Amino acid sequence: MNWEAVVFWAMATLVLVPAFAIVFSRNIVHMAFWLLGTLMGVSGLYLLLGADFLGMTQIFVYIGGINVLLLFGIMLTRSEPVYVRRLAKRPKLAPGLIIGAFTAFTLVSALLGAGWRNVPGEPTETAGILGAFLLSEYILPFEIISVLLLVVLIGAAYIARRGSREGAE
Amino acid sequence: MQTQAYLVVATLIFLIGAMGFLIRRNILVLFMSIELMLNGAAMLFVTFSRQLRQMDGHVFVFFIIALAAAEAAVGLSILIAIFRLKHRVNVDELTELKG
Repeated sequence: MNWEAVVFWAMATLVLVPAFAIVFSRNIVHMAFWLLGTLMGVSGLYLLLGADFLGMTQIFVYIGGINVLLLFGIMLTRSEPVYVRRLAKRPKLAPGLIIGAFTAFTLVSALLGAGWRNVPGEPTETAGILGAFLLSEYILPFEIISVLLLVVLIGAAYIARRGSREGAE
Repeated sequence: MQTQAYLVVATLIFLIGAMGFLIRRNILVLFMSIELMLNGAAMLFVTFSRQLRQMDGHVFVFFIIALAAAEAAVGLSILIAIFRLKHRVNVDELTELKG
């Protein structure tokens, strides 16, 4: 077992165990912190796949941004204790579990039976190539997404503030 | 490490997220499940980007991360607005749009 396999299995465990914990946990604050583990594991797998820029972006945006945002959402919407009802009501629980397990079995067996050509990737520095792509071939989606982020910034602030202003009137 | 190992992990992340979306009822937990599904899909992009030796997958993952941030921001502000009105975050009880 070489070092790459060791790191891979460590990261896969770091991804999958917290993912299960999110779905089946009961304490919503714990769930947000389990999500941190999954996101860090995915970032490690990106680094292992040779995507250094994406791995760092994953940590900055997901852990620094989205996870903190989720914690703020939990803090602002807590009317009852931290504990949430564990799972859906009975009629919805069984179909979800059955569909999930069946799809997992089908997809994983198909993936394992497909016989992929193994391409050992040479680790390269990807930020420069990605920047060149974003400013040449993908310039239009890049500009559109920058406008979208501006719209989201204004829209999110407006939606979240409107209720408080109406409440004050 | 072999390509299929990464593919299996990505598929399992996506399916755990999908299962969580089906069996949980709190909006915040549904958000976390959506993030899991997006992460699984993004990991497939990165894996195939390495397999095919093309960088286009990385660009798409970049866009996926930006869209996930946008979705989380708008979704949480809508959630806060709903909570101010209804004081509930359980999707089974929020049936005002059902008609």
